[in-house]
Amino acid sequence: MIRVALKMLLGDRSRYGTLLIGLTAVAFLFVQQGSVFSGIIERIAKPIVEVGAPIWVCDPKLQSIDDSKPLSDTDLQRVRSVPGVKWAVPLFLRTAQVRLSDGSFQTVRLFGIDDYSLVGRPREMLAGATSGLLNPDAVIIGQAESERIGNPRIGDTFELNDHRAVVVGIAKVSRDYASNPYVYTTYNRAISFVPAQRKQLNFVLVAPKGGFSPEAIAAQIRGATGLGAYSLDGMRRLSIGYYLHNTAIPVNFGLGLLMTFLVGISVVGQTLYAFALQNERFTAGLKAMGTGDRTLVLMSITHGLTVGMVGLAIGGGAACFFGYATGGGTGKLAYHTSWQLMAITFVVVVVVCVLSSLFSVRRVLRLEPAVVFRA
Amino acid sequence: MLEATATANVIVDSELRSSLAPVSLRGVRKSFGVGEAHVDVLHNIDLDVRAGEILLLVGPSGCGKTTLLSVLAGVMDPSAGEIEVFGQRIDRMSQGEKSVFRRDHIGFVFQQFNLVSTLTAAENAAVPLLIRKQPYKTAVQKARAYLSLLGLGDRADFLPAELSGGQQQRIAIARALIGEPKLLVCDEPTSSLDWESGRQIMELLRDFGRKEDRAVIVVTHDSRVFPYGDRIARMIDGRISELKRNGHFKETL
Repeated sequence: MIRVALKMLLGDRSRYGTLLIGLTAVAFLFVQQGSVFSGIIERIAKPIVEVGAPIWVCDPKLQSIDDSKPLSDTDLQRVRSVPGVKWAVPLFLRTAQVRLSDGSFQTVRLFGIDDYSLVGRPREMLAGATSGLLNPDAVIIGQAESERIGNPRIGDTFELNDHRAVVVGIAKVSRDYASNPYVYTTYNRAISFVPAQRKQLNFVLVAPKGGFSPEAIAAQIRGATGLGAYSLDGMRRLSIGYYLHNTAIPVNFGLGLLMTFLVGISVVGQTLYAFALQNERFTAGLKAMGTGDRTLVLMSITHGLTVGMVGLAIGGGAACFFGYATGGGTGKLAYHTSWQLMAITFVVVVVVCVLSSLFSVRRVLRLEPAVVFRA
Repeated sequence: MLEATATANVIVDSELRSSLAPVSLRGVRKSFGVGEAHVDVLHNIDLDVRAGEILLLVGPSGCGKTTLLSVLAGVMDPSAGEIEVFGQRIDRMSQGEKSVFRRDHIGFVFQQFNLVSTLTAAENAAVPLLIRKQPYKTAVQKARAYLSLLGLGDRADFLPAELSGGQQQRIAIARALIGEPKLLVCDEPTSSLDWESGRQIMELLRDFGRKEDRAVIVVTHDSRVFPYGDRIARMIDGRISELKRNGHFKETL
């Protein structure tokens, strides 16, 4: 009877088309909106991933990577003395202002990396070399969002917090949540770029000795120093968690996704209900001929799930193509389609289809087979 | 001694009635609505349908023919009374049991054919076998054979919309017969057809009903099909007002 159910569905092209459009829209919007949400959330942690240190030590009250609660210089030495620490280097991470040629200012994310090891330097240089940072006033510019500061090239100079900065390299970096350009320099030069404060050290980057996990050493640092210490993944979660709990991002996207879900249920539910009404006489005939309620429920759910799966394939595929066409997540649009998102969308589409089917099944189950004899 | 003979006679008569009457209704009533909207549609109907006969249920619109057909076929519950079909009391069955009983023992022919527009003739005819969970291929093959017997072998892959009304009703009959039911119930099977198509349909029903282990009940308005009935039950206002033989049967009401 499943085959009969499929033929009934596929043969009615107008209803099938309406259902397919509805579920394709649900799947597309869910994957697209979900991908934008995931993309934004992922970008919150991009500076952490770009630096890539296994362990991050910070003020114990730090809330996210964008929070600034400087440490004492002595904290660096305290961390270095913790057993299991292979190396520990300072990281200056704060925003600064670049003066543009038209006199306006652009905020940039300034990375001050260890002068000696250059730990935290960009991983991929598009032009120049990281060793160029050893030159006076040298900075490396991240290519992403560099158009905001006039697409500087090697040799160009600009004003960074009223200090002269010379571009010695262009690096390939990710875009972050705030869409600020990245500027890399050495730790000591970065400190000279920003207004002097009693404490300047934002983070201590740490690597564990062989055989120790970052989580274990982070716990040890916390215990020994009273500072905050997180593995790379822990720091990511801390920062993402801050934005999820303290901004309207999840609520805004959540409402959008909820609306998609509700509109999907109403459109698909109504169409399936109309489909059930249209086939009422034949369904009554099937009941008269001895079709059990279980089979009728199965047929109805088959209708819903069939369009659901086709809609998911088309809508999900279209959303993935949309992401690819708009830069695949490295472009301006924050976009990240994960398998988890596809799995959630699959579940949502299944729930929409099953609930919608059950909505129409109620009518089918209540249908008296004697209806078939009515003129 | 006399009492013993009378008892024996009752038993013999009961057994005889059971064997002769695949469908037996006693005191069947059906009413709809409550209070002022209460309507009695069937009033204490007693009826036996005999093996190997075609019984025609006739009467004016609204007299209760279709309700009686629905009740005796187990698609509608009676308000009161006993209904025995091939020795089984369907008025005592649960809905699930009735559904299985209908699937296994009753074939249906509907006034509006009730074919699925998106299924081919063979697939439509195969539906009762598919309900019995027979494999699709086997069921459709058997349906093709039935359609060939009914002269529609070359139309097996056509959709209902591509066929005439008579051809569609023959598909509906193939669908009703394919499960080899013992009881065939037909609601106005010729009302949408021209006389030639109606005659062919009635001949098919007569051929089916001639066997001793079967019975056919036909609700009809169409007086042209009366000659095909072995007996005719005339209904007026929810009662069988007249039951007469029509041809070789000797008994009358």
